[in-house]
Amino acid sequence: MSVAEPTPKLTRKDFTSDQEVRWCPGCGDYAILAAVQRLMPDLGVPKEDVVFVSGIGCAARFPYYMNTYGFHTIHGRAPAVATGIKLANPKLDIWLVSGDGDALSIGGNHLIHLLRRNVDLQMLLFNNQIYGLTKGQYSPTSVLGQRTPSSPMGSVDPAASAAELALGAGAHFVARSVDTDLKHLPTVLTRAHQHRGTSLVEIFQNCVVFNDNAFGHFTARDVASERQLLLEHGKPLLFGAARDKGLRVRPGGGFQLEVVQLGEDGIGIDDVMVHDETDRVLAGALAQLQPPAFPVALGVLYCNPAVTTYERAVRDQVRQARAERGAGNLNALIRSGHTWKVE
Amino acid sequence: MNASAPSPSAAPGPERKALDQVVIRFAGDSGDGMQITGSQFTQTTALAGNDLATFPDFPAEIRAPAGTTFGVSAFQIHFANHDILTPGDAPDVLVAMNPAALKVNLPDLKDHGLLIVNTGAFTDNNLRKAGYTSNPLTDQSLEPYRLMEIDVSKLTLDAVQHLPVSQKESLRCKNFWTLGLMYWLYGRDTAGTIAWLRKKFSKRPDLADANIAAMNAGHAYGETAELPSEVSPFTIDRATLAPGEYTNITGSLATAWGLATGANLAGLELVFGSYPITPASPMLHTLANLKQYGVVTYQAEDEIAAVCAAIGASYAGALGVTASSGPGIALKMEAIGLAISTELPLVIVNVQRGGPSTGLPTKTEQSDLLQAVWGRNGDAPLVVLAASTPSDCFEMAIEAVRLATRYMTPVFLLTDGYLANGAEPWRLPDIDAIAPFPVTFRTEPEGFHPFLRNEELARNWAVPGTVGLEHRIGGLEKDYASGNVSYDDVNHQKMTWVRDERIRRIADHVPEQSVALGEDSGELVVVGWGSTFGAIHQAVKNARRSGLPVSQVHVRYLNPLPRNLGELLGRFKRVLVPEMNNGQLVKMLRAEYLVPAEGLNKVSGKPFKISEIEQAIRQRLES
Repeated sequence: MSVAEPTPKLTRKDFTSDQEVRWCPGCGDYAILAAVQRLMPDLGVPKEDVVFVSGIGCAARFPYYMNTYGFHTIHGRAPAVATGIKLANPKLDIWLVSGDGDALSIGGNHLIHLLRRNVDLQMLLFNNQIYGLTKGQYSPTSVLGQRTPSSPMGSVDPAASAAELALGAGAHFVARSVDTDLKHLPTVLTRAHQHRGTSLVEIFQNCVVFNDNAFGHFTARDVASERQLLLEHGKPLLFGAARDKGLRVRPGGGFQLEVVQLGEDGIGIDDVMVHDETDRVLAGALAQLQPPAFPVALGVLYCNPAVTTYERAVRDQVRQARAERGAGNLNALIRSGHTWKVE
Repeated sequence: MNASAPSPSAAPGPERKALDQVVIRFAGDSGDGMQITGSQFTQTTALAGNDLATFPDFPAEIRAPAGTTFGVSAFQIHFANHDILTPGDAPDVLVAMNPAALKVNLPDLKDHGLLIVNTGAFTDNNLRKAGYTSNPLTDQSLEPYRLMEIDVSKLTLDAVQHLPVSQKESLRCKNFWTLGLMYWLYGRDTAGTIAWLRKKFSKRPDLADANIAAMNAGHAYGETAELPSEVSPFTIDRATLAPGEYTNITGSLATAWGLATGANLAGLELVFGSYPITPASPMLHTLANLKQYGVVTYQAEDEIAAVCAAIGASYAGALGVTASSGPGIALKMEAIGLAISTELPLVIVNVQRGGPSTGLPTKTEQSDLLQAVWGRNGDAPLVVLAASTPSDCFEMAIEAVRLATRYMTPVFLLTDGYLANGAEPWRLPDIDAIAPFPVTFRTEPEGFHPFLRNEELARNWAVPGTVGLEHRIGGLEKDYASGNVSYDDVNHQKMTWVRDERIRRIADHVPEQSVALGEDSGELVVVGWGSTFGAIHQAVKNARRSGLPVSQVHVRYLNPLPRNLGELLGRFKRVLVPEMNNGQLVKMLRAEYLVPAEGLNKVSGKPFKISEIEQAIRQRLES
């Protein structure tokens, strides 16, 4: 796809639709929408080639607010619709917008197979650990024991982990960020966009009405540096306001991470593990880290591009069939079996 | 392969008795190769110039326990020197490869019918597994039939013993021994099957040799053995079919080719999303092999993903198609509602099978009509078409694509297991002579919104990648004037009307209902749809031959119904509606036209017999 002439750079306004945004005041979705609208011009994709696809839920209203192509589909099925769009026109730049219920509950099957197939698109999973649009029932990522209208005595469902599920399904790109982190989120989204294949970005998103402050224990300003591990490929796994804490593999066998304090017990920077985002085992270990014993791992947990993507592999076979057999002739096709003539 | 067919009269042996038509049923264990035997006999029969119709009937289990009645697989072929439309009511000849096959199929054999039995399989163990308390070969229960007892198992082993194949492999050639005998009996040439075996077993030439040896031995047995005096070889003259080039076609193949052709005529790529299910899977297999024709197939993780990917493909400017059967269609319904709401082209093929739930996966039924027409949440109209014969599947698949793209609507194409697996000779059309119906995408930004409509109420199709037409669609109600989300009460009333009206108006652009046979008014009209066409047609023909005032109307457009249908039915005193369900079209006709239609319903997993319909016609006209 060659561009004949340079087009003037677009602005956030070009990506903002004329529709009034209808999320609750204070919803984390506003911050994500603003981040995406601001980022789009920098990605350099003509807006007619951009498609936002969503399922059902609060997050799923996202496409209406983007002045690009958009398809608000049905509950859980956005990955399947997006796969069809990409198969029909691989040059489109597709963003899937989903929530924890949409992606991990009703659409769990499609998520697994989207990741396994590695369709080239970005999937933003807004995780607010609650069902918002249906008024506050516990979701697959709600913490065990959470009291909600449908779990008055506390939920008995252990929570699902999006990142671990994604890695298990064979994802080639798994990242995390926080809705209101205006610096971190665009960086992660840019990396997701650069990646060829399915890029899963879990965004911890605050539901101000039904599950307020669910992530405050690691996103609040006063605790963030102590409770967040910001991953950078090739850099040591350090965290803390003074960046004086690190992670290493616990000595003595196995693959268990532990927190170490630099300067204590003779621990130096060389003892701290270096992040390798191509290491799936490490990514899995990082995905499991939970406060208070550990910080939450944010950033690119895993990025290890496959040799091809699903739609390319499908298209390659079409090209191969054409090269080997020539363009099809339907008159010849229907005469390809036993035929006979009646005079 | 277009050389003229070998003449049956060239076959050696005694003088052959000429017949007009024969119905043969091959029956055996699932592992006995009856479907292969049947399809080879079919190919050879087609090449010999007979008209024919087939009915494969096999269990849902791939290999049910050997020797049991539920593991019996059968293949029926009806061939004739004249035009025929059904695989025949009752077989004239039954080939039973084991006791279970005899037990299951004998009740259908005509009195004095020819019964060929493989005595080698009539062991005590097999008799017990089939539920026989005494051996039917010795207890006189087979006296009403012309019995030929042959130890096919032993004769097959003898025929291949000089070849380097195992005992097990040798025994598996016995279906070809039987085929050889049947070829001799009907004066057929074995050359086509020999060529097919050579090709099929090109990597195991020893197996090709063994099967050919078995077939030749069966053929030679007919020539040389002392046959019962009542059994003589036959000949069946060529049928006088309309001049042209023919091939033998199943409904599955015709549907798949029709979809590919339709997409081509529309100038679109075909994206076929499907999840394997009996009996719809053969379409996926066919289309997966047509990549060079601009066909992309997507074997989805489930039925829902299959239809959703097809919808996504249509949104992006391809023709999205999905296919399934009963339970799979039920899973797709929410997504079909989305395609209705977003007014996207979509073709859904339902190869109907026995229901409810998993039902009878390999048996045929027509019980998804109301599901197709009404089975969604909300007022959700779409187009429903039904194919009447295996070859009609080709034409109706093209029509489904035409209507879907012209009117921006999902279109259901109903076939069934009987059409999909059954075969008939098809006079090949010249595809270049079919009028194309190219799609025009919207490109003009001036005045655009996604639900802008033409005079037929079809919305404009604007695909991602088009500069200046960026827009959002979805399953929420949209404003008539702007396409934006709207919860307005007056608007929803209007949009519900628009969705209904645009489907209704299609009746102005499809053929009016014709009368398939007989007058366009009178005492009785038999109204059918789908695969019952052949049986109804023959029944009405027979009744008319004996002077009964009866006509046939066969409906291919089920939603919207043809605009003249109500008026046409109103000109008959009585309306009889045979259906392989518990009464579905009959409800629609009564509801729509207030005609006194009455049902004739059969839900046995088997198609109607001509005689069943003929008898019902006589009853109505004599009462």
